Amino acid sequence: MYQMLKQIIKTGIKTETPPHADEAMRLVEQRLQQEILDVFGGALAIRMVDAGSCNGCELEIHAVNNAYYNIEGLGIKFVASPRHADLLLVTGPVSRHMEEALKRTYDATPEPKLVVAIGDCGCSGGIFAPDDGSENYATCGKVSNVIPVDVVVSGCPPTPTAILQGILTAVSAKK
Amino acid sequence: MPIKHPNLKLSRMTDAIPAWTGEIAPDDLYEICRQVRDGGGRLVALWGSDARQRGFMLHVVLVNETGMVCLNVLLSADQPAYPDISRIFPAANRMQRAAYDLLGICAQDGHDHCKWLRHGVWQGFPLRKDFDAAASRIDEQDNYPFVQVEGQGVHEIPVGPVHAGIIEPGHFRFSVIGERVLRLEERLGYTHKGIEKRFESMSLQQGAALAGRVSGDSTVAYAWAYAMAAESVAGVTPPGRALWLRALLLERERVANHLGDLGYLGNDVALSFGFAQFWMLKEQVLRNNAALFGHRYLMDRIVPGGVTVSLDAGGKRIIEEECAMLEREVNILRGIYEEHAGVQDRFIGSGRVEPKLAAQLGLCGMAGRASAQAWDARVQFATAPYDKLDVRMATYRNGDVAARVIVRFDELFESLRLQREILTNLIHEEDAPALLEKLPANGFGIGMVEGWRGEVMVAIHTDAEGKLTRVHPHDPSWQNWPLLEHAIIDNIVPDFPLINKSFNLSYTGQDL
Repeated sequence: MYQMLKQIIKTGIKTETPPHADEAMRLVEQRLQQEILDVFGGALAIRMVDAGSCNGCELEIHAVNNAYYNIEGLGIKFVASPRHADLLLVTGPVSRHMEEALKRTYDATPEPKLVVAIGDCGCSGGIFAPDDGSENYATCGKVSNVIPVDVVVSGCPPTPTAILQGILTAVSAKK
Repeated sequence: MPIKHPNLKLSRMTDAIPAWTGEIAPDDLYEICRQVRDGGGRLVALWGSDARQRGFMLHVVLVNETGMVCLNVLLSADQPAYPDISRIFPAANRMQRAAYDLLGICAQDGHDHCKWLRHGVWQGFPLRKDFDAAASRIDEQDNYPFVQVEGQGVHEIPVGPVHAGIIEPGHFRFSVIGERVLRLEERLGYTHKGIEKRFESMSLQQGAALAGRVSGDSTVAYAWAYAMAAESVAGVTPPGRALWLRALLLERERVANHLGDLGYLGNDVALSFGFAQFWMLKEQVLRNNAALFGHRYLMDRIVPGGVTVSLDAGGKRIIEEECAMLEREVNILRGIYEEHAGVQDRFIGSGRVEPKLAAQLGLCGMAGRASAQAWDARVQFATAPYDKLDVRMATYRNGDVAARVIVRFDELFESLRLQREILTNLIHEEDAPALLEKLPANGFGIGMVEGWRGEVMVAIHTDAEGKLTRVHPHDPSWQNWPLLEHAIIDNIVPDFPLINKSFNLSYTGQDL
């Protein structure tokens, strides 16, 4: 116990200032009223859904939980069920095998709900989408092909700061 | 030559690793596999390709102490069937089923013909050259035939595909009594996104980027294995400096992943201190990666023919300081983990895979080494620059979560030592290497790299114009997923996340 406390004190507080919302990430107009945003802004519950990614985006979503980005310090936490969630964080490309599961997860999330698509593949299908626009037999491409999306965060993978920014944009009012 | 059989004529491949290839008839496959197994060899990968001027081709890569052998088995175009080898190598089971789902070649006398990568939303065989993607859409129930355990008090817990955390999707069917697990059955394939089909329409360079995204946490290992395969097809060797840099990146990937998993292993036994500490260390490694090499996970830094990064004296100093810092801090944290009674109580004895079972089922990589399977591609087939590094392999016998934690710590420290040694060898600047533009026609090459999880293999076939006609990436998770089903038996349900994390297998790497 002594060693642990010593280590905690030695480490100190590493948390950095969070980024501001970025309107450029918004795909559709903010649908929520200011009063609701005030509530969400104070405590947001996120359900993360990997709908077919290469696991690269997940690494960075893990990282927003580390002490530097400290997403929980902002009152935002990841929850185990869509029924507890206000926001879905979805990575793609959406595989055809995950299409049904993603739709069901969306349906299980109570209104009002928000969706943030993470990563180039979630935003556009990315490297897994054929260049000529033809169909990849195994994927549905970007997340918005399957469920409505409010905010997109591109990058391969997007940095933790960008992910945080996307989440904060989703719960911010248009200035 | 590693294998002797009257009907097998092997020819040496121009590979970085000692590798041979030879064509055999389907009837000889079983006997040759049995011979390799009896000699202590194992199965690395199995895949098929469409060569329908002649028929279909089954490719089976086996490995023993002397090297790697790729058996090419010609199957008839009308009835593409071959003998089931899963009775010799149990790990072949899912690979054979996947080969059927994707190409329609069949292990004829096999007892298990369940689909594996196909669920119920597409039909036909995608890797056949005449596959029509637009006409493949169907909409039927998956109806996967899970084994039902019967008896008084037995009930099932279905989990997934959407899991209760930041994890990849897959389905686990637990049969339990109370909280004791009687049986676990995995159903994977949810992240199947047609990677192998996608390779077929790509240039060599685009393929390198895709290889680096088969499994994002092992992007360096995949990109290197892909580059090694391409260089084998072209018969070229990258410059020495590029090889030293590749090894540096690979060891940094290993360090980053072990740090992350050690943090989560603490978290899974309710020691959130461990998560906080290890993830701060991991973040510092990632930030150094971004500053020195331009990408936190080092994606697209290894390309066929060389690397796209360099390292100056200032960069070397940063890595040296990072290594010293990690050695100091991880030593402290290891002491805390080892002296924490609550942590050790959960780690010791959980999810045990006995060495005998590990050998029988072909457990490989880091998890294999924790169950006394002393095999590390950096040691057995030390390709440059590992031939000058003398990697000290970490092994342990106990095969439980604690053993996998010990192996991770040992490998982490060894990777720090290797990074320092690489830095001292990385002295003079050479001319920028000529990157590979194009591959020769009708070529075949294999690359194998010991990633942090285990051996990552990539095979490249080129057509008459030198284009990619078939690329097969193989993840060590193929071998190790079935062992997780065994590791959980008789453990309690709440220990599953811990046991699962101690293996940390890739879903996307095996779903393709």
